Amino acid sequence: MAQPIIPVRAPSTGGEPSEPPRSPPTPRWIDALMLCVLAAVAYGIMRAAAEWRAPLSPNVRVSLAARQLPSYAGLSTLRMAIAYLLSLAFGIAYARIAAGSRAAERLMMPLLDILQSVPILSFMPGVVLGLAALFPGRTLGLEIAAIILIFTSQAWNLAFSFHQSLLTMPRELSEAAAVYRLGFWRRFTRLELPFGAISLIANSMMSWAGGWFFLMASEQFTLGSSNLRLPGLGSYLAAAADAGDTHALALGLGTLVFVIVMLDQLIWRPLVAWSDRFKIEQSGGDAPESRLLDALRGSAMLEWVSSRVTRPLARALDRKLGSAARTEPRTSPKRHDLRTRLTVWVPAVAVLVLVIWGAIATIGALAGMARSDWQLVVVSAAATFLRTTIALVLAAAWTIPVGVAIGTNPRWARRAQPLVQITASVPATAVFPVLLLALLSLPGGLNIAAVALMLLGTQWYLLFNVIAGAMAIPADLREVAATYRITGWRRWKTLILPAIFPYLVTGMITATGGAWNASVVSEYVTFAGRKESTIGLGSLIAQAAERSDFRLLLAGTLVMAAIVIASNRLGWRRLYALAEARYRLG
Amino acid sequence: MTGTDTIIATPGTAAAALLAARDVLKYFGDDRRPVLEHVSVQLNEGEFVALLGPSGSGKSTLLRILAGLMEPSSGEVLVHGSPLEGPNPSVAIVFQSFALFPWLDVLQNVELGLLAMDVSDDERRRRALEAIDLIGLDGFEEAFPKELSGGMKQRVGFARALVVQPEVLFMDEPFSALDVLTAENLRSELRDLWLAKTMPTKAVVMVTHNIDEAVSLADRILVFGANPGHIRVELKGLSQSDRSEKSAPRARLVELIYRIMTNPEDDAIAIVEQSLQGRTWPAVARDSARTTGARARRYQVLPEVSIDDLTGLVQYLGGIGGHAAVQDLARDLQMRADDLLAIVEATDLLGFGALHERQVALTPIGARFADAELDEEKAIFRSQALDHIALLHHIVRDLETAPTHTLDAERVIDELEHSFSGEEARRQFETAVDWGRYAELFTYDDSSGELTLDEEHTLRRR
Ligand SMILES: Nc1ncnc2c1ncn2[C@@H]1O[C@H](COP(=O)(O)OP(=O)(O)OP(=O)(O)O)[C@@H](O)[C@H]1O
Ligand SMILES: [Mg+2]
Repeated sequence: MAQPIIPVRAPSTGGEPSEPPRSPPTPRWIDALMLCVLAAVAYGIMRAAAEWRAPLSPNVRVSLAARQLPSYAGLSTLRMAIAYLLSLAFGIAYARIAAGSRAAERLMMPLLDILQSVPILSFMPGVVLGLAALFPGRTLGLEIAAIILIFTSQAWNLAFSFHQSLLTMPRELSEAAAVYRLGFWRRFTRLELPFGAISLIANSMMSWAGGWFFLMASEQFTLGSSNLRLPGLGSYLAAAADAGDTHALALGLGTLVFVIVMLDQLIWRPLVAWSDRFKIEQSGGDAPESRLLDALRGSAMLEWVSSRVTRPLARALDRKLGSAARTEPRTSPKRHDLRTRLTVWVPAVAVLVLVIWGAIATIGALAGMARSDWQLVVVSAAATFLRTTIALVLAAAWTIPVGVAIGTNPRWARRAQPLVQITASVPATAVFPVLLLALLSLPGGLNIAAVALMLLGTQWYLLFNVIAGAMAIPADLREVAATYRITGWRRWKTLILPAIFPYLVTGMITATGGAWNASVVSEYVTFAGRKESTIGLGSLIAQAAERSDFRLLLAGTLVMAAIVIASNRLGWRRLYALAEARYRLG
Repeated sequence: MTGTDTIIATPGTAAAALLAARDVLKYFGDDRRPVLEHVSVQLNEGEFVALLGPSGSGKSTLLRILAGLMEPSSGEVLVHGSPLEGPNPSVAIVFQSFALFPWLDVLQNVELGLLAMDVSDDERRRRALEAIDLIGLDGFEEAFPKELSGGMKQRVGFARALVVQPEVLFMDEPFSALDVLTAENLRSELRDLWLAKTMPTKAVVMVTHNIDEAVSLADRILVFGANPGHIRVELKGLSQSDRSEKSAPRARLVELIYRIMTNPEDDAIAIVEQSLQGRTWPAVARDSARTTGARARRYQVLPEVSIDDLTGLVQYLGGIGGHAAVQDLARDLQMRADDLLAIVEATDLLGFGALHERQVALTPIGARFADAELDEEKAIFRSQALDHIALLHHIVRDLETAPTHTLDAERVIDELEHSFSGEEARRQFETAVDWGRYAELFTYDDSSGELTLDEEHTLRRR
C-alpha cells in the first residue's frame, strides 16, 4: 500500500554540526561488539527454527512475563527481516525484468500499480486460512502467512523505486556501459544497483515502517474459534490488552519502540551514510553521518573478512558471471528475436491464462450471491467510506497547520523532528489494543476506535509530506509575501496551500489505502473474550472469513480493492496531475 | 592553399575504410520526419574528422549510430567492410558530460574500459596506470570524480577511452563543458598526443560547435544541416603548417565556414565557389537531402530564440551603430557562434536585420524597433511577424475563421509534423507561441492546450 517515495527524504533540519573529525582508527570494541551481535543472531535463528517446526497448538498462550519479551521481539524482527529480504530481491528482479523489454514493461508496471493499490489486509483472512490448511498441524503455515503479508506491504514500492531509477539513468552513463561492453552482470553491479541504491534504501525504510503495521496486525489476528496466534510483540500486546494488564502493555510498547530505534541506529543510519557515495549530483552539501559506520570502517575484523573472503568471492563471481554475460550475443534484436519473444510471450500468455481463469471463476462465484448479501456489501462499504473520510479529514485538519508550522520554522523543526519521528515509528496496529482497552466501554466505542486506528495509521504520511512541502517553499517566495504584506488567510491561499498541494495529494494517496486497510482489523475485534463488531466493509470481510463464507469474503475484498483503486485513479491521481501542471514550483 | 586533391574516396575503397555509414536514415519513434537522411560518411586511417552544424542536426545521433549504440532506420554501418551489429568494439567515446561513474575512483573508472577484455587483474591495473600517466592524472588515482575539477574529469574520460586502445576515438563536444582556458589546454595536449602518435588510435571523429576548434584539429570537416539532418558540405582541413593562429588560409577557412553556417538555406557549394572567387577549395557537396529528398515545406524553420535574446540583439546593434561582424559580436557578447547565429537568423526572418558578407546590419524597420517604446515595439513586432512568419500568419488566420476563435494546439502541431520531425514540430510550435504571445496575437493556455485569438489585433483590423 505504501507509495514509492522517489526520494522525498524525511526532511532534515539542516542544522547538524559540520563534519566531525574522522574517528580514530581501529577501536577494538567494535570487533567485540560485532562478534556478540553475530552470536546473538545465530542463536536467535536457531531458536526460531525450533519454534517453527513445533506442532501447532490451537491455543497458543502468549506469556506476559517480561523475560519473554526479548525472544518475542526477536521473533517479530526475524519475520520482518525475512519478508524484507524477499521483497528486496523481488523488487529488484521485477523492476529489472520490466525495464528489459518494452512488452514486459507494458504488462508489468500497470500490474504493479494495481497490486500496490490493493488493501492487503482484506486478503489476510483468506491467506491465513489457505496456508494453515497447507501445513496442517504446524506453525510454519502461519509463519509463512505472516511473512507473505509483510512481503506484500514491502515489495511494491521497492520495485517502483528501482524501476524509476533504471528509467532516470543518465543516458551517457548507460551509453558508456554499452561502449565498454560491460555485459549484463557488470552493468547491473557497476551501474544499475549503485545508481538505484539511494532510492532503494530510502524506500526500504518506508517498507519497514509499513511492515511493522502489518506484522502487528497479523500476529494479533485471531481466526474464528481456532485462536491461531504467532508468538511475537504483536500478540504480546494483544494479550496484554486482553488481560487489561497496563504494566505489560507499557513494557510491550516500550520494547517495540526500542527495537525500532535500535534498527534505525544500527542499520538504517549507517546504510544511509554509506550510500552517500552513490549520489549522482556532484555537489557538496552536508553528507549524512553515522558514528557506527565510522567505527565499522576502522574494524580490523571487517577488514579481514572483506579482504580474505568477500572481495575474492566477489571477484570470482564477477569473472564467472561477467564473462558468461559477455559471450552471449550482443543485444541486437535481429539476432535473438525468437528467444526474446519466447521469454516475453511465454510468461505473458501464462499470466493471461491464469487471469482469465481467475476472472471466470470469480464471476461464477459472485453470480450466485444472494441479493441481500450484495445489499449488505454496499451498505457496509458506505459505512467504511464514511469512517475513512472522517479519519482523513481529521488527519488533514491537524497535520496541515502543524506540518506547515514545522516546515517553515527551522527552530521548531529541530525540536519537533526527533519527537515526531519516534511517535510516527510506532505502528498504529500496536497501539490498537490500548485504544480498545480505553474505548470499548464507551457507547459507540468500537466506532471511535476504528476511526482512531485509521487516523493513527495514516496521519504521519500526511504530516511528513506537508512538512516536506512547506520546507520546499523557496525563501524568496516567502519574502515576497512578507514584503507585500500578504498575511493571514490570503497568505495561505496564495502561497502555502498551492505550494504544499502536490505533497498533500501524494500523502493522501498513501493514506487512503492505509485507512481502508485498517478497517479490516478495527471493525470487528475479539477483546477480553467478547466479540465486538460494527457495520463496515472491514467487519464484513473479517466475519465472512470467520464463517468461511468465501463468496462474501471474495465480494467484500474485491469491492474494497475496487474502491481504493478507483479513488486513486479517478480522484487523487487526477488532482496530482493538476497539481503538477499548475502548482509545481521551479 | 592546399592542393586540389579530392578528399572523398572513390566508392571502390569504401570496403577498406575503418568505418563507414551508407545512406543512413534515422527516425525516432513514429515521427513522420527523419532526424537524419541520406547520410554517408567514411573514415580512413590517419584521419581526424570534425562534425559541425546547428543544434538538432543529428551529429550526436550519427555518432551513436556509428558506435552501434542505436540502429539506423535504414542504411548500414560497415566496420572494415562488414556490417556492424551491437556496440562497435573498435570505438571508444569521450562524452561532453564526462559520463564518469561517481561511485568509482579514478583508477576504477579507467579500469572499467578493460573489464570486458580478457586481461588479468595485474595487467589491467598496469594498463590503467599507464593511461592515467599518459593523460596527466598521476596522483589522482584514488580520487573520486566529485573531488575533481571539470578539466580533470574530462582527463579521466580520455584515459578511460584510450586505455582500451580503440581503433577509432569518438568525441562528442568533449570541451564544451569546460572553461575556455582549460579547454584550450586539453585541446593542445590532445593535438600533441595525436600528432606524436603516442596513442594507438587510427582515426578520430569529433563533434563540436567551435569553428576554430574544428579548423585547428581536423583533416576533414563535415558541415551538417538540419531538418532533416544531412551533410551539407565536406571541406578539406588545413595542412599542419597552415593551422597556426595567424595564417591567412586559416582565417579564410574560418570565414568560409561561418558563411556556410550563417546561410543555412543556401547551397553550400555555391557559397564555397562564390566566396573563394575562382580559387579552388576541395569541397564536396552533400546537399543531396535538400535537393532530392526535401519535400515542399510550407513553413520556414523558426530558430529556437527567445524574445529577450531577439530584442536584446536588435537593441545592442542599434546601440553600436546598426551593424557589426558576426565574429566580433560573438566575441563581444561572449556567445557560442551557433547560438548567436540562431538569433541573427531570427532577426533576419523578421526583417529586422540582414546578413551580408558576415556582417549583420539593421534594416530601417529594425532600427525603428531598436528605438521604440514598449507599445510601439510590440506593434512593429506584430506587423513584422504577421508579414514574414508563415506559421504565425496561418495560426492567426485559422483563429479568425474558427467560430469560437480558439484552436487546439495539437492540431497545429499535427500539421507541423508534415514538415518537421516530432520533437522539432513541438519546438517550432513553442517558439511560435512565444513570439505570438509577445506580439499579443493570441493567448495560449498550456494546461488545456488551447490558443485563443486576441481580438484587438486581428488581421482584419489591420
Ligand atoms: N532518443 C531520442 N528520441 C527522440 N528524439 C531524439 C533522440 N535523440 C535525439 N533526438 C532528436 O534528434 C534530433 C537530432 O539530435 P542530435 O542530438 O543528434 O543533434 P545534435 O546535432 O547532436 O545537436 P546538438 O548540437 O544540440 O548536440 C533532435 O531533434 C533531437 O531532439
Ligand atoms: Mg549533440
